[in-house]
Amino acid sequence: MSVAAQNLLELDGVHTHIGAYHILHGVSFSVREGEVTMLLGRNGAGKTTTLRTIMGLWQASRGDVRFKGQSLKGQATPDIAARGIAYVPESMGIFSDLTVQENLVLAARAAHHAGELDTQRLEWIFGLFPALQKFWLYPAGKLSGGQKQMLAVARAIVEPRALLLIDEPSKGLAPSIIGNLISAFNELKRQRTTILLVEQNFHMARSLGDAVAVMDNGAVVHTGSMRELADDEALQQRLLGLSLGVHQ
Amino acid sequence: MTVASTVRVAASATIPKAQFDWRPVLLLAVIALAALPLIGSPSTWVTLTVAGLAMGMIIFIIASGLTLVFGLMDVLNFGHGVFIALGAFIATTVMGGMTVWAGDSGAAQLLAVFSAMLVAFAAAAALGWAFERVIVRPVYGMHLKQILITMGGMIIGEELIKVIWGPAQIPLPLPDVLRGSFLLGDAAVEKYRVLATAIGLVVFAALAFTLNRTKIGLLIRAGVQDREMVESLGYRIRRLFVGVFVAGSALAGLGGVLWGLYQQIVIPQIGAQVNVLLFIVIIIGGLGSTLGCFVGALLVGLMANYTGFLAPKVALFSNIGLMVAVLLWRPQGLYPVTNR
Amino acid sequence: MLIRLLSHDLPRSRWLAVALVLMVVALAFAPFLFPGSKALGAAAKMLVFVLLVASYDLLLGYTGIVSFAHTMFFGIGAYGVAIASTKLAPTFGAITLGVFVALCISLVLSLVIGLFSLRVKAIFYAMITLAVAAAFQTLASQLSDLTGGEDGLTFKNPSILSPSFEPFESPMLGATIDGKFITYYLLFAAVVVLFLALLRIVNSPFGRVLQAIRENDFRAEAIGYRTVVYRTLSNVIAALFATLAGALLALWLRYTGPDTTLSFEIMLDILLIVVIGGMGTLYGAVVGSVIFVFAQNYLQDLLKLGQGALDGVPVVGALVSPDRWLLWLGVLFVLAVYHFPSGIVGRLRAAIATGRLRT
Repeated sequence: MSVAAQNLLELDGVHTHIGAYHILHGVSFSVREGEVTMLLGRNGAGKTTTLRTIMGLWQASRGDVRFKGQSLKGQATPDIAARGIAYVPESMGIFSDLTVQENLVLAARAAHHAGELDTQRLEWIFGLFPALQKFWLYPAGKLSGGQKQMLAVARAIVEPRALLLIDEPSKGLAPSIIGNLISAFNELKRQRTTILLVEQNFHMARSLGDAVAVMDNGAVVHTGSMRELADDEALQQRLLGLSLGVHQ
Repeated sequence: MTVASTVRVAASATIPKAQFDWRPVLLLAVIALAALPLIGSPSTWVTLTVAGLAMGMIIFIIASGLTLVFGLMDVLNFGHGVFIALGAFIATTVMGGMTVWAGDSGAAQLLAVFSAMLVAFAAAAALGWAFERVIVRPVYGMHLKQILITMGGMIIGEELIKVIWGPAQIPLPLPDVLRGSFLLGDAAVEKYRVLATAIGLVVFAALAFTLNRTKIGLLIRAGVQDREMVESLGYRIRRLFVGVFVAGSALAGLGGVLWGLYQQIVIPQIGAQVNVLLFIVIIIGGLGSTLGCFVGALLVGLMANYTGFLAPKVALFSNIGLMVAVLLWRPQGLYPVTNR
Repeated sequence: MLIRLLSHDLPRSRWLAVALVLMVVALAFAPFLFPGSKALGAAAKMLVFVLLVASYDLLLGYTGIVSFAHTMFFGIGAYGVAIASTKLAPTFGAITLGVFVALCISLVLSLVIGLFSLRVKAIFYAMITLAVAAAFQTLASQLSDLTGGEDGLTFKNPSILSPSFEPFESPMLGATIDGKFITYYLLFAAVVVLFLALLRIVNSPFGRVLQAIRENDFRAEAIGYRTVVYRTLSNVIAALFATLAGALLALWLRYTGPDTTLSFEIMLDILLIVVIGGMGTLYGAVVGSVIFVFAQNYLQDLLKLGQGALDGVPVVGALVSPDRWLLWLGVLFVLAVYHFPSGIVGRLRAAIATGRLRT
């Protein structure tokens, strides 16, 4: 790990209100370039809200979000995405009436139609997720849950992006599919893609994560390296009270 | 290896493409065929069917913008009728002005009609842009205010039309070249209705092409489903929305010309009159679905003409009856747009 | 005592209170203060609209529901009186029966519409009510045997309300005491009582739940209120009061037709008044209706002056034509929706608040 690794993304005392509800209470952590940072915590801790705040879907009421040193505060979602940030929401955001092909063309900002997609990249995606090749012209709504999740991730990588924000990709998926996802993410890791991954499955988190930030009640309660957390049973126990998920 | 060949492998696999849902279109055919024995005479049936299709096409042209605008941005423009009225009144001016010049020449008369459509299209587009800016934009996301304010926009628009063209009705006669009918055996098919149907098909084809074969169309279809996700992919969908709103208004203006010629008389309330019909059509079709709007409009057109002939007293309720029947079958409309 | 009568819902603004008092007094003594049938007709219309718009405010302002079917209930009430007076006899008994039947019909219709449609999004509901109202209007014109079709029904009032009834030969205090006079005070009394009833309703626990639903129906449902039930009830109550307003109008005009009650123009007028007057205030209906009807009848004269001055100037002249007064009202309406959603009443109340802050 390079000592000079930059902080690609920084959250600095971020507060988010949704209507009258104060969800995030001063969230602060950083994501280092080229690393996979795991965002852990139980349901309702504020992980999804954090991702949505970064994407500008909800505006931070206080504090700052910095990407490559520049503040994202007050920016509109399309502008934030255009800086090179891809977002895979918990609900996957698949366009059900569009085919797999059309979903990917849409995600590839530079392409006007399928012919303009980067062939090499597409082959790589097919290698990771063979089902997508199989169902290329099929409406995405007809895919199974696992296949939709693969499509959602494929959309995030159909073009090179600086940062991937991924929200609970393994939720509700069969273990074999999770295995697929883990190899895909490992492949991305090898390519030094920066990823901020929200994940309840601790096994997945442990095998993928370089750094970790644990949230509870709308704030970050622990940051550090994944190795440190994986090696420290007592720390896990303490944070286990936050139900980090059992080894699967 | 090109993308094409990569996926040719996929296409050759035994996975079927999406099955097109033929049932609503079948419904159209069923109703048309069911009417034949009820009407009795085939020639009358042909006349009525063409009339119904023509009316349906015109309604489709007008309503297509409305359904897309709603599907894309959850904005229901209760003032959509004002663009129709504008188109119809512009037609009176343009065609009135050109009658003398056109004289007896059929070609020139047709040119007058198309000129009216072009001017109406442009004017309605301009008004649509202004309407979106001033009336609609400030109330995005606030449904209550939207309903109220677009109504207000319609009131203002109607009054301004009265200011420019006066409050009285203005006749809009068909030019000679479009009068009369073609004879298919015993059946008389009005020339104007054939033209309206043709224009409707062209508009539908253009919309279908844009939506299915261009990236903008892709954005619109995706935006109708999940606006937030499209923005998260980096697209400024609000800009697209203005374009769709303007296009929809322009189409309504074009439709207004056709509607005015269909009625042969133009009154300032012409827009408000069609409003109810439009809403029925887009509810039947499924809010946000262009194909649904197309089929729904044709259904409404056919029903209106068949019941107008068979049971005139019932005719005015046939639309509502149709809407209730369709909603009982498919509560989200004929072609529901998923994710809503 | 007055406070209890107003269900503790005070004007809360000196200007508003003054305006209301003036208006109520003017309406109360209209036959004496403003002689002439035109003035009295305007006053009667004001009364009817106060009730009609107030009932709509319950629906729109307090519950947050946009419905375009309100004129339908207005019409049902009017036709109830008209049909009873024509088909049976112009007696109080017949009229009571007619009103009762009208209320029943309105109850059933509003219940049906409410239960089926209030489960859907607001926009669907608005569209459906638009379609239903249009259908009803057509129905009224079609059933000419019953409703007199396009021409409507002209009928007599019970003798005591009939204009020819003149207990006193000579005018008293400037007003002719005849059937019209008595009818006017019947209207006045009815509207006052019904308006106070509405005030009571919106200030009751029921009314407060309605407002909670308007603000955030998810939350209200989560707390445990069945929003569909409350919305339907609000729909029904509003419809019933509108029906009564229609009955009163019919009694005054001794005529009912599709254009006096069912037309879309009237629905637009109601919308204009409730928004400009002030949604969710009820007093907005009073202030708004009075100003609107006054403008409808007398602003035209004012605009005529303007038109006279600008005579000859092509488009601008037409802009201030008295017939185009609706244009300016439309502009005012749009401005009201943006900038002062609580209408005139809201503005007056806010002015007092800031006034106090300044001193």
